Amino acid sequence: MSGYVGDVVALARKDLLLELRARDTLPAMLLFVVSTLVVFHFALPQGAGDDAAYGLLWVALVFTALLGLARAWVPEREHAALDGLVLATGDRSAIWLAKTVAALAFLGAAEVVALPAFAVLFAPLDAAAVLGVVLASVGICVVGTLASAMAAAGRGREVILPLLVLPLSIPLVVGGVGASVSSEPRTYVAFLCLYDAVFAILSWASFEYVVTE
Amino acid sequence: MIRAEEVEKRYGQRRALRPVSFALDRGGFLVVTGANGAGKTTLLRLLAGLAAPTRGALAVDASRDRLGYLGHEALVYGELSAVENLELFGRLYRVPERRERIGMLLERLGLWEARRERVSAYSRGMRQRLALCRVLLHDPELLVLDEPFTALDEEGADRLDEELRRLVGASTVVLATHDQDRVAGLSTGHLALVAS
Repeated sequence: MSGYVGDVVALARKDLLLELRARDTLPAMLLFVVSTLVVFHFALPQGAGDDAAYGLLWVALVFTALLGLARAWVPEREHAALDGLVLATGDRSAIWLAKTVAALAFLGAAEVVALPAFAVLFAPLDAAAVLGVVLASVGICVVGTLASAMAAAGRGREVILPLLVLPLSIPLVVGGVGASVSSEPRTYVAFLCLYDAVFAILSWASFEYVVTE
Repeated sequence: MIRAEEVEKRYGQRRALRPVSFALDRGGFLVVTGANGAGKTTLLRLLAGLAAPTRGALAVDASRDRLGYLGHEALVYGELSAVENLELFGRLYRVPERRERIGMLLERLGLWEARRERVSAYSRGMRQRLALCRVLLHDPELLVLDEPFTALDEEGADRLDEELRRLVGASTVVLATHDQDRVAGLSTGHLALVAS
C-alpha cells in the first residue's frame, strides 16, 4: 500500500501498537463506561422510562469518548514525536485521519461492551439506535481529534479539551438520542451523516494550521 | 539554498527572535551561535517549517521531504523500538530499500545491538544517536541541527563528527552549537544571534 492511504494505515497501526503495549487508554474507557452505566442503573428512579435511559447512555458515551480523546496525543507529546511526524508526512492531514481512525477504534471497542451492557441494564437497542451511535461516534472522533490536537499544543489541555468538544458534541447527542427514540429516525440519521461529512472536511483541511506554530 | 530577510518571530508580546538576515548557498555549512534565549532554536524551527515567521521573508529551497531536523528532543516514540521508529519514518519519507538503509545507519551510529529495545529504555545519548539516524534516514539535502552534540559521549560525538564530515559539500547544513571548536574546520559561515 502506498501514498496517502498507506501513510494513514501506517500511522493508525502505530497507534494501535502503542495502545497494545501501554494499555493505558482502552482499559480506562471500558472501566469508565461500564461503571457509569451501573451507577446510572441504580440512580435512575423506577419507572423513569426508556427515553431517560437513552439519554443517560449518551452521557456515558460522550464522557467515555472524552476520556479517550484526552489521551489521544500523549504519545506524540513524549519526545516531541509530533514534530517528527509533521516533518515526515507529505500531507499532514494523514496524521489527523490516522489519529481519528485509532480514536474511533478505541471508542468502538468500548461501545461493543457498553451497548450490550445497556441492553441488559436498561432497554433494548434497535438498528436505528445502533446506527445513531456509530454515526455520532464518527462525529465525536472527527471533531474530538482535532480539538485534542489544539488542546495538546497549549497549556491547560485538560480544561480546554472538554470546553472545545462538549459544545460541538451537542448536535451529535441530539441526533443520537433522536435516532434512538424517534418514530422517524431517518431524519436524525441523515442529520448525523451531514454533520460527520461537514466536520470531517473542516478538520481535514484545518489540521495543517493546528500543528504549525 | 536559504535566504532570510529581517526574519522575526514573536509569541504574543514576547519576541523569540530578533530580526535576522542571512543567505546560505547550496552545500554551505552555517554555524549559529548565541547565548541562551537568543533564538537559536526558534530560528532552526523556522528553517524546518515547524513555525512560521511573524515578520520578514524566509525562503528555503528544499522540499520538506528533503529536510532533516534534529531538535532538543528525539522526535520519536518512546514505546517503539529503534527499528520500529525508523521503519515508520522511513515509510513516511518514502525511503527506498529502507531496511538496508536503517540497518546501515544503526550500525554506523552504534545502535545495532539495542535496535529492538524500546526507546524509553535508552539513555539520553542513545536517544540522540537514534535522532541522528532519523535525521539521516532519507538522505536530506538540507540538515538543520540544534545542539547535536548535547548528551553525546566522546564516542558518540566522534561518530557525529564523522557524519558531518561525510556531509560537507554534499548537503547544506545549519547547526546551532555552543561548542564552536567541534565544527571549526567544517563551517563556511557563522551567524551570531543576540538575545532579545
